[in-house]
Amino acid sequence: MDLSPVWLTLQLAGVTTIILLVICTPLAWWLANSQSRWAAIIEAVVALPLVLPPTVLGFYLLLALGANGVIGGPWSDLTGSALTFTFSGLVIASVIYSLPFVVQPLQNAFVSVGKKPLEVAWCLGASRLDAFTTVIIPLSLRGYITAAVLGFTHTMGEFGVVLMVGGSIPSETQVLSIAIYERVEMLDYSTAHKLSAGLLIFTFIVLLIVYSINRKAPQNAS
Amino acid sequence: MPARINASFQIQFTGFQLNAELDLPAKGVTTLFGPSGSGKSTILRCIAGLERSDSGYLQVGDEVWQDEKQNIFLETHKRSLGYVFQEPRLFSHLTVKKNLEYGLKRTPISERIIDWDQVIALLAIEHLLERKPHHLSLGEQQRVAIGRALLASPKLLLMDEPLASLDIARKREVLPFIRKLHDEVDIPVVYVSHSLQEVLQITDNLVLVKEGKTVASGSLTELCSELELSQYLGDMSGSVLETIVAAHEDEFSLTRLAFEGGHLYVPQQSGEVGRSLRVHVLARNIGIALEKPPVTSMLNIIPATVVEVSISNIEKHAVQIKLDVGVPLLACISRKSLHVLRLKPGLPCYALIKAVSFAQEMVEV
Repeated sequence: MDLSPVWLTLQLAGVTTIILLVICTPLAWWLANSQSRWAAIIEAVVALPLVLPPTVLGFYLLLALGANGVIGGPWSDLTGSALTFTFSGLVIASVIYSLPFVVQPLQNAFVSVGKKPLEVAWCLGASRLDAFTTVIIPLSLRGYITAAVLGFTHTMGEFGVVLMVGGSIPSETQVLSIAIYERVEMLDYSTAHKLSAGLLIFTFIVLLIVYSINRKAPQNAS
Repeated sequence: MPARINASFQIQFTGFQLNAELDLPAKGVTTLFGPSGSGKSTILRCIAGLERSDSGYLQVGDEVWQDEKQNIFLETHKRSLGYVFQEPRLFSHLTVKKNLEYGLKRTPISERIIDWDQVIALLAIEHLLERKPHHLSLGEQQRVAIGRALLASPKLLLMDEPLASLDIARKREVLPFIRKLHDEVDIPVVYVSHSLQEVLQITDNLVLVKEGKTVASGSLTELCSELELSQYLGDMSGSVLETIVAAHEDEFSLTRLAFEGGHLYVPQQSGEVGRSLRVHVLARNIGIALEKPPVTSMLNIIPATVVEVSISNIEKHAVQIKLDVGVPLLACISRKSLHVLRLKPGLPCYALIKAVSFAQEMVEV
């Protein structure tokens, strides 16, 4: 059995999650604390992937990532190749697609931690960045775990967007969900079973570990 | 000239305007005193740089922390200060020891003036070091919070009603530590309170805050005998006397206290001769006589002169009299007594002291 879709999926989900945690930390912090009227607009934009049909999102991403698109154009000028039907393109698409699943738990965590611990840290001589990394991030640990897991598993399970943007190129863009779909189309139920059951068990184990850790993680702001 | 703290803050909030002017000695405990919602905490937050006023000025000793005219605003973490909040606000993800070390680690070794062992002993928190904050009682947490602020070796310690979140038993547990702090650590403290009892126990200087404005400031003894302030304190108006234990009369279980105006007999107090003792005399516990009563059971009869008579708008039947017994002394008598005695400034008389209080409890004399 060809395991490359499994490997590719883990890679895609891993890279996407790491990028998302980095991008979403400042974004969620800003959303949690901003009084600006822009905050509501940004919040709505971030939440869009939650409700849009993946095909709609996939269609626009296909246009944006193509050789003449707003992202794909400059990218192909820079690298000489388009983003559509590539792993890099899939990463960009996944980041956008899974954004709300990472932003929202982080934002909730930051709101519940509040600004008080930060003020204490400042008064004790910690600079803004120092206070954020030594106080806010550890106190938001549950939020980070939830965000990482949701981002990871949600990326693993995506189908519509991947199909639109990445197609199904083995070892490049053929992720697990696409591979399963193709096996079913070819009536190769036994491989489809193995891949599906594998994904099911893996996802369950990840969630189990996470929720077990979560129960032991420190309570927020108590 | 001793170091001072000078500040001026103006901030407009919706429905509330802060207009504070401070000029305090950078020594001892200064209390910002006033009712809840009068802006005391906001002043403290301004000093810490947690609020920024558009036209603010703040100088602590020879360091300017804020001068909006010259566009100077030192960020909070660059100000050498300690802040104890109403709630302990310990970092819940760190042990007590790590909490205590948080500020210490961020203080350059050359600027560390506070000794670890001294703080641990002062606050009696040795046995708590390895625990997480949520395993501590609120009183213990607040002691740790005070220790954490101290260990950063601040040049100024800000305390925002540190006892407010505690019940009476916990208050009794923490207050002695704050008092000891005053004696053992030479860091100026700006303390916020709306409790007169707390003020009487720990304060050297008082700043009165009312509706966002600083209305008066001075030493506790000075301010307490201002008639204007006494109206503001209502039933609790009175004078503060700084006394020294002069002698114990064991056979009568009495202690004689000496103060600038003479002597005061009180029920026996602990402490050796020479110990200083702060006494609060409520205005309503002082009577006035024009002549020295020839035979009386009253122990404390002190010659006085009338300084000022003030007719209160609040209490129709009572008047406040400011007496001079060497130090100012406030008395509150009925309007009818005023009419009978015909008191006016300059008139010699006698003050009859019926009761005094130390810290918490009132004692009859």
